[in-house]
Amino acid sequence: MKLPITVTVNGTPHSSEVEPRLLLVHFLRDVLELTGTHVGCETGLCGACTVHLDGEAVKSCMVLAVQANGSKITTVEGLASDGELDEVQRGFWEEHGLQCGYCTPGILLAAHDLLLRSPDPSDAEVRGALSGNLCRCTGYQTIVAAVRNAARKMRQKTRHMKEVPMPAARPQKPPRAKKAARKPSAPGVAEVVP
Amino acid sequence: MFPANFDYVCPASLAEAAQFLNQHSEDAKILAGGQSLIPLLKLRLAAPQFVVDLGRIAELKVIRETNGGFEIGSLVRHVDIERSHLLARGCPLLPETAAEVGDMQVRNRGTLGGSLAHADPAGDFPAAILALDAELTAASAIAQRTISAQDFFVGILTSALYPNEILTSIRVPKLGPRTGSAYVKMSQQASGFAIVGVAAILTFDEKGKVTEARVGITGVASVPYRAKKVEAALRGTAASAKEIAAAAALASKGVDALSDIHASAAYRRDVAAVFTRRSLEKAAQRAGRK
Repeated sequence: MKLPITVTVNGTPHSSEVEPRLLLVHFLRDVLELTGTHVGCETGLCGACTVHLDGEAVKSCMVLAVQANGSKITTVEGLASDGELDEVQRGFWEEHGLQCGYCTPGILLAAHDLLLRSPDPSDAEVRGALSGNLCRCTGYQTIVAAVRNAARKMRQKTRHMKEVPMPAARPQKPPRAKKAARKPSAPGVAEVVP
Repeated sequence: MFPANFDYVCPASLAEAAQFLNQHSEDAKILAGGQSLIPLLKLRLAAPQFVVDLGRIAELKVIRETNGGFEIGSLVRHVDIERSHLLARGCPLLPETAAEVGDMQVRNRGTLGGSLAHADPAGDFPAAILALDAELTAASAIAQRTISAQDFFVGILTSALYPNEILTSIRVPKLGPRTGSAYVKMSQQASGFAIVGVAAILTFDEKGKVTEARVGITGVASVPYRAKKVEAALRGTAASAKEIAAAAALASKGVDALSDIHASAAYRRDVAAVFTRRSLEKAAQRAGRK
């Protein structure tokens, strides 16, 4: 039995009726025809299908489309705006962070998750965050350099935005509900997680 | 790869979920974060008639500080545990373990309860919850019961949960003064699963003697276990390097070790002793061993 879902992809809401067994990656590729998200291993190991679900990187071959009902999704098609590559894409272009490009959409989205939390990551942090993304061409060295280059570009942009405040354009922070916990806590304190 | 057809049920409350499972327990699988179940559905190793998604049940997504400990909802994700300020202060073993699970994308979806209920013999959390002597709460439409971590893991991919039960929360103690904990792991490089994972907790008295030692080991046997021989060997000692090494040598004593393409039983035993030693060393240092 098909179920109705509404998902906002790259800022555009889409309503559709889907079989419960339809995976998010196939919803994006086959129903919405957004084929920038790639299918790689299909077993949750390679990360080629990585997209953002409500601001966090997930493997879209391990999410059912019905689970994403009501969520906001960003795919690689949502990164550039007005034909202009974003900081992470430019970071990869300049540092040759890809060869065949098959793994690249997933790696760009994984890198975004890292850089939203950690604006100046070390090589080790970059490698840790990308451990769920396999690349068979580059040997990873140029990918790590590309992510750190992207981090510099994002920091420059943030600095620029501090001088000319444009709150609406700031990178969206991943949802976290941990603030209350920073204060000394008494029994009964709770963290509500997204 | 596509899962076989199933009907999708998305209850809005725990009561509703329990009610449904009570009627359909034999034909239903519970979906939490999906990072274990969805691959199984795709491989058609599981082909249930109903998939019951707990993902919309807010009451299962809370980390609560209680008297002397923490209650963690079963739908709390690995990433939430990894970044939890409450747990970082009071039970740092859990964030340290969470950071070792899978990869970033898996941690963004996978849940503590899902991972425990899946009962993978190479999962990371079983070692930690054994060392913490955690209590797991299971609820059905009929009753609620508490299962100790030691009774929870029954076999490969088999937990003590009944088909109509839902794992709702995991209670862990707050670690006290002069207590240190650590989780160290040898990963299978391609999958990230533990070949051997050892969680250790050591508590010292004011004179520097070990009053309490608890060690949980995953990956070695078909069921994760408490290394009680290691624990007994350490109690009352000063946990010197020599005493730790001697105790750690007992890590897999009396245990039927697994043998597979990743590691032979003999290799697992050797690595278990080495990683138990490393885990205990770390825990002792963190406890401020004299």
